[in-house]
Amino acid sequence: MNAACIPLVEMRDISIAFGGIHAVDRASIDLYEGEVMALVGHNGAGKSTLIKILSGACARDSGTIAIRGAEAIIANPRDARAYGIETIYQTLALADNVDAAANLFLGRELRTRWGTLDDIAMEAEARKVMGRLNPHFQRFKDPVKRLSGGQRQSVAIARAILFDANILIMDEPTAALGPQETAQVGELVRKLKAGGIGIFLISHDIHDVFDLADRICVMKNGRIVGTARVADVTKDEVLGMIILGKCPPAAVPGPGAVN
Amino acid sequence: MNQAPAPASHVRPSLLPTGRLRPLARFLKATELDTRMLGLVGALLLIWIAFHVLSGGLFLTPRNLWNLSVQSSSVAIMATGMALVIVTRNVDLSVGSMLGFIGMIMGVIQADLLPKLLGFDHPATWLVALAAGLLLGVILGALQGFVIAYLGIPSFIVTLGGLLVWRGAAWWVTSGQTVAPLDSTFRLMGGGPDGSIGAGWSWAVGLVACAAVVLLLAHGRARRKKVQFPLRPMAAEVFLGGIACAAILAAVAIVNAYPWPIGSVRRFAEAHHIALPEGGLFIAHGIAVPVLIVIGVGVAMTFLATRTRFGRYVYAIGGNPEAAELAGVDTRWVIMKIFMLMGLLAAIAGAISIARLNAATNSEGTLAELLVIAAAVIGGTSLAGGVGTVAGAMLGAVLMQSLQSGMVLLGVDTPLQSIVVGAVLVVAVGLDTVYRRRTQ
Repeated sequence: MNAACIPLVEMRDISIAFGGIHAVDRASIDLYEGEVMALVGHNGAGKSTLIKILSGACARDSGTIAIRGAEAIIANPRDARAYGIETIYQTLALADNVDAAANLFLGRELRTRWGTLDDIAMEAEARKVMGRLNPHFQRFKDPVKRLSGGQRQSVAIARAILFDANILIMDEPTAALGPQETAQVGELVRKLKAGGIGIFLISHDIHDVFDLADRICVMKNGRIVGTARVADVTKDEVLGMIILGKCPPAAVPGPGAVN
Repeated sequence: MNQAPAPASHVRPSLLPTGRLRPLARFLKATELDTRMLGLVGALLLIWIAFHVLSGGLFLTPRNLWNLSVQSSSVAIMATGMALVIVTRNVDLSVGSMLGFIGMIMGVIQADLLPKLLGFDHPATWLVALAAGLLLGVILGALQGFVIAYLGIPSFIVTLGGLLVWRGAAWWVTSGQTVAPLDSTFRLMGGGPDGSIGAGWSWAVGLVACAAVVLLLAHGRARRKKVQFPLRPMAAEVFLGGIACAAILAAVAIVNAYPWPIGSVRRFAEAHHIALPEGGLFIAHGIAVPVLIVIGVGVAMTFLATRTRFGRYVYAIGGNPEAAELAGVDTRWVIMKIFMLMGLLAAIAGAISIARLNAATNSEGTLAELLVIAAAVIGGTSLAGGVGTVAGAMLGAVLMQSLQSGMVLLGVDTPLQSIVVGAVLVVAVGLDTVYRRRTQ
């Protein structure tokens, strides 16, 4: 988190409008290696949309994205993956009718030397990574729609960390989880951070954010209110940013800050 | 097969309600067979036996079963593709018309164009006609697939348009005239005494198939052992292999028990200067060429659906199109490829249909799309997407054809036949829905 370093991700002046509504308006955000950047705000503040532009699920109207200082072209989810960007979506985007291993490797299947699917190798690999994340997980043959919310969550997370991602986007990763599983996710975030991965964490839970994040970026009505180090602001100040759009002195104000 | 609700397959052993599983159910579970597929086979056998009894022993004869196998082939081939189309939450209503149009083109090429260029019954005629037909099928499918996948127009509408357009085009080719006769080699694809491979080759095919079953089972077991996955009990493996081999050999024995009709035998004897012995000569049909094509298509499509990335994406898209897209699957290209594949299969079915008729007519394949969709759905393909198998769809096609030819044997009136087939379709899907809900 050295300010002199080139940021891992730098999104500059990103805008996108849906039928005249500015879902994201001139938003700029950056992320460094080994850093957790929390993105908070009300429903409809534009957090998910901003992050979907980075993950290739949404096309922006204007603005630039740079990965490690070089301009990146991200037009679809495949492009984003090529830059080492992995996403865990709020909706846990899983293919419901295939099993955990098929989901982990969806789009990047292991193949035998004949070019056919190597299901056995994929299941063996899946057993390894799931064993680390969720040792109780045993239902490798079931389609994921039969799994519980927490189990589906572990599949979604395992998919993101299976392929050495540099940049991880977590959109409400604990929304479907009980307290114990939430703690596990927190543990995982710290582990990944220590490994040098940059993480965007979208969350409603201000306590989670203060526990896990290094910096915090608040959005309101599609605009960024301000960005601050977690150590420099209080929870009340952050709530003030979320609700009123009032930027405290310790934060760097954005276009959405009210004076 | 419904006596005990099957518990989820990989729960810890202590959680298995073993006390509630009867020995038969436990054994079936150990074989890891799909119980729904077993139900379908059971229903088929039940229908066969019922028709056999009702018709006074006419249904389960080598002659009728051989005919059944040939009559089912064109729908069975298209049903394998339709299952995958429906798995991705699409539908193709144009397959019957595509079959008709492509059939007309293949007919004109071999009965009109090529004879002028190469002379009648040139050895390359059948190959050129067939290749042109298959290519045309892929092109028509690609056209529809492109509009569906890249322009985002619902497949129901696009293929409903296709149903009208290709049927009209089929008429246009010759202004409605029937094209006949066809090339004699091409005609082998339609079956008949000449279009069957005889007893010796049929046994050879049967033995190769048995060997393939045994090899597949052994290979699967070796792979599982290597990565230390739970193995099926040896008894289950032997049981599976034994049943499969017995079924294959029984099928070969049946088609080999169906002799050539006396007219064909007489012509054969004359052509080979054999004196026809008293009481005729027993020449077995063996497996019909169209049935061999069905088997080849079935194996290829099963391989495609279960062992390749394409197949994996088809099911992933069916389960959750958005998730597949977000996971980096090029969903549009996959959808377009499926429709290209469907076009190819319609072309194969078209070749078989016109070869069987020894003529290409512009009405060939009318309403076939409904039989094909019904076969896929009876075979367990869910219109909600994500669920369905190639083998199930093929069994569905055989089941539909069994109903129809059984009722013909019984002398049931045509309108009543439609009523029965329609009712069976709804009841079959209804039973399946109930079964699925219970096993969820």
